[in-house]
Amino acid sequence: MTHKILIVDDSKLARMAVARALNNLYPQWSRCEAATADEALKCIGENAPDIVLLDFNMPGKDGLTLASELRHSHPKINVAVVSANQQAEVVTRTREAGATFLAKPLTEKALGEYLKSIVEPRSSAAQ
Amino acid sequence: MRNALPVVLSELQLDALTELVNLGVSNAALSLREMVREEVVLSVPKVAVVTREAAIASLGEHESSRLVAVQQDFEGAIRGRALLIFPEAKSMELVRAVVGGDLSLEEIMELEQEALAETGNVLLNGCLGTIANSLERTLRISLPEVVHGEGSDLFALAPAHAGDGVLFIYINFAVKRRAIGGYIAMLLDLPSLVALQDLLSAFILRSTGVMAALSHAEL
Repeated sequence: MTHKILIVDDSKLARMAVARALNNLYPQWSRCEAATADEALKCIGENAPDIVLLDFNMPGKDGLTLASELRHSHPKINVAVVSANQQAEVVTRTREAGATFLAKPLTEKALGEYLKSIVEPRSSAAQ
Repeated sequence: MRNALPVVLSELQLDALTELVNLGVSNAALSLREMVREEVVLSVPKVAVVTREAAIASLGEHESSRLVAVQQDFEGAIRGRALLIFPEAKSMELVRAVVGGDLSLEEIMELEQEALAETGNVLLNGCLGTIANSLERTLRISLPEVVHGEGSDLFALAPAHAGDGVLFIYINFAVKRRAIGGYIAMLLDLPSLVALQDLLSAFILRSTGVMAALSHAEL
């Protein structure tokens, strides 16, 4: 089964790095990219991704706020907040928003483990 | 702010530098959070190549009162100055947050310089260390120095080898429940930009597999 994944980050470099890892892990998956929360919502409306990777620290609406909104508007989407800011409060709020916290820079190994927990939920201890 | 100098970084190089600063300051904020036991809120970093005057003016837009700064110079593949800056009126509150609330005002005043220097040392070393590691280079970092003055005083104290152009990076931080706020700023000398371009291109290649412009000559 293939999945649709949305990468949201104001940094083009960060989006390119995630895209590279995804190409190595699941080259058959379709993906779209967004630089802001507004672009992300547009992409979700048009492409209906089932996995969303959200940068935390973005201009305008931050990733954590968008994660909270998606929990109510699109509860079936798997959401991960990707953040260099690893303070306990940010990690806790991410989990309270029903999302998974992933540390930045996002390594291919960490991304692979997160995606495996979605693809093979019973065989993975991630989340 | 906008690029106003002949040496410019490409859009992707500026993006990469912003990401590096975000990583560095986020690591520093984790250390500060442990010291003050409260969440430290960070803004999105601003990075621009500007004149020194523009950098001072940019700081003045946000803060007109007297400032206190902990500064450390760094050198190696790139050279410049990193500063932890906040309004002078807030410095005692930061010291109180770091050393704990049981001390008298006199005791806190005695500790002020030392506590500020040590706080700055932890934050700025954390930030610069992350950036240096990501660029796979070593930076020599001077001992922290506490200085008081206006924005122009802080940036005018740049090392003698500095030119007029600087790469100015700043990020706002706040400890909201204690009403402490300030900036982490970095000034890179113009000659460092040429070396920085190559280091950033190598970093972009490692991160994405994409070959960015390899040197200033190709931009």
